[in-house]
Amino acid sequence: MKPELEQLADSVCAKYDYDAVNLLPILQEIQRLSVHNYISEEMARIIAKKLDITESRVYDVVTYFSALSSEPRGEVIIQICNSTTCNVNNNRDLIRWFEEELGIKVGETTPDNKFTLIFTHCFGACDVSPAVRIDDDVYGMLTREKVKELIAAKRGAGE
Amino acid sequence: MKQVHFITELFDKYDGRDLLAYLNAGGFTALKKLLDTGSEAVLAEIDASGLQGRGGAAYPTGKKLRQARAEKAARKFVVCNADEGEPGTFKDRELLKRNIYQVIEGMVIAGICTQSQEGIIYVREEYTNMHDEIRSAIAECYKHNYLGKGVLGSPYNFDLKLFSGAGSYVCGEGFAMCESMEGKSGRPRSKPPYVKQEGFLRLPTLVINTETLSTIVSIIKHGADSFRRYGTEKSPGTKLISISGKVNRPGVYEIPFGLTIREIINDLAGGIRNGKKGHFVQIGGASGGILPERLWDTRYTYEDLAKAGLSVGSGAIVVADEDNSLLDYLKVVQDFFRHESCGKCTPCREGNRQLRFIFERITNGTATAADYANLEIVLDVMGKASLCGSGKTEVVPFRTAQRYFPELFMTKETYAAKKAVV
Repeated sequence: MKPELEQLADSVCAKYDYDAVNLLPILQEIQRLSVHNYISEEMARIIAKKLDITESRVYDVVTYFSALSSEPRGEVIIQICNSTTCNVNNNRDLIRWFEEELGIKVGETTPDNKFTLIFTHCFGACDVSPAVRIDDDVYGMLTREKVKELIAAKRGAGE
Repeated sequence: MKQVHFITELFDKYDGRDLLAYLNAGGFTALKKLLDTGSEAVLAEIDASGLQGRGGAAYPTGKKLRQARAEKAARKFVVCNADEGEPGTFKDRELLKRNIYQVIEGMVIAGICTQSQEGIIYVREEYTNMHDEIRSAIAECYKHNYLGKGVLGSPYNFDLKLFSGAGSYVCGEGFAMCESMEGKSGRPRSKPPYVKQEGFLRLPTLVINTETLSTIVSIIKHGADSFRRYGTEKSPGTKLISISGKVNRPGVYEIPFGLTIREIINDLAGGIRNGKKGHFVQIGGASGGILPERLWDTRYTYEDLAKAGLSVGSGAIVVADEDNSLLDYLKVVQDFFRHESCGKCTPCREGNRQLRFIFERITNGTATAADYANLEIVLDVMGKASLCGSGKTEVVPFRTAQRYFPELFMTKETYAAKKAVV
């Protein structure tokens, strides 16, 4: 096992007294601190051992919840709402703008591992629909120009 | 009287995050009233108000609190359900953002009334950008003894913390919520026992909606009569609605029960955008019913909506205009449920899989009479035999769509034959 993964798991699990009741916040926190924004199989195994629970329980939880991922993802997660209100408000332009600006399709990650573009269900921004969530922040009433600016800002942020 | 400010009285009256400003605006007077007069008086007031749970089930809140109070255990929990996941709903977001202290006050009151000492605000993951502010509001309340040991010098203790969901619609259901708080995937349990008896950690748990908590505070503060000034006999009081879609002014509005859907759309939300004609609304979230434009004079009350085959649900109203296709809309609804079905019970898991195939064919025009017959069977089984409310109520949008737009759910030949008979 990689010592840095062990160390990360320990630092987070210790905060939660190694109590498996806290599996959700533990996984969310470890994912946030992990490279590629996900819970790897190896990390899942380490967490299971630390909390003295089965690997399948960790895997079950990781694959059940939308906010957790068992697959590597980009540094920035862009989630386009694909629920009722955003569909009524024709989110197809918004989808196309993001796909074209990023050069990827929904469901994909840019080759530089910077952005992952996915669909998501309603995140309660229907008053500014069609809306998009970039990491934890919500943006609505978008135009192609604004999409361009948002992506440029995020691209610049990590460099 | 279109828009009112009973629950939202303090919206924009103070900086929603500042405890002192909340106190200056009359905050925590409901809690003080409770400490002065005792739980029984407060519960009687809530009974008299006729308040029904605003999470969607519309269970009488006074009764719910009394049942929670009757449970005996060394540890009991109150969970504020701020996991609003019904598409088109964003009213709890406003309550958390603009008046979090009223939600906290409601939690302390619910805790004392039900003799529970531990509270959790279960906030959906999608609202992560508000989590820190909610946590700091909780910290402020601890600092000034509105939370913690001996609340305001009384013999009551009440602890409160925030729990973040992780993105799952079904976790808005009581048991699924408890499971997720226990570090498991959010799958509902079989009942009985009920959440109120064996919920979080198999201990008595009161799960109560964010809006219900906020309303309790206003009722205690102003009295049941002032609440009943609004609404109808069977739907007393006010309701927060989230209106979105093809309207000019989407947003959250507090309305007295009894306005018509048309009044809500035209007078509050500024009418349909670009002068288009209305087509239908979906009321109450993804599991809510579809109401065609010709019936928009229906009053927004529990009783009137029930007559039309709908319910208030989460308070969401999604408005579609003539450019929106109902079948495409239903496909989006179905896709949502297919994704969110937890997979535990067969009717919901497999039913959603079959619905997907059928809807694929309905929307691309290749559905046969057998597809429409199977649609009937699948919806019937899902509505009757699903384990939790999610599977059971998922059929509502389809059933109401069938009722009001029957021509969309039969082959052209059948439709022509039926028309010929009429």
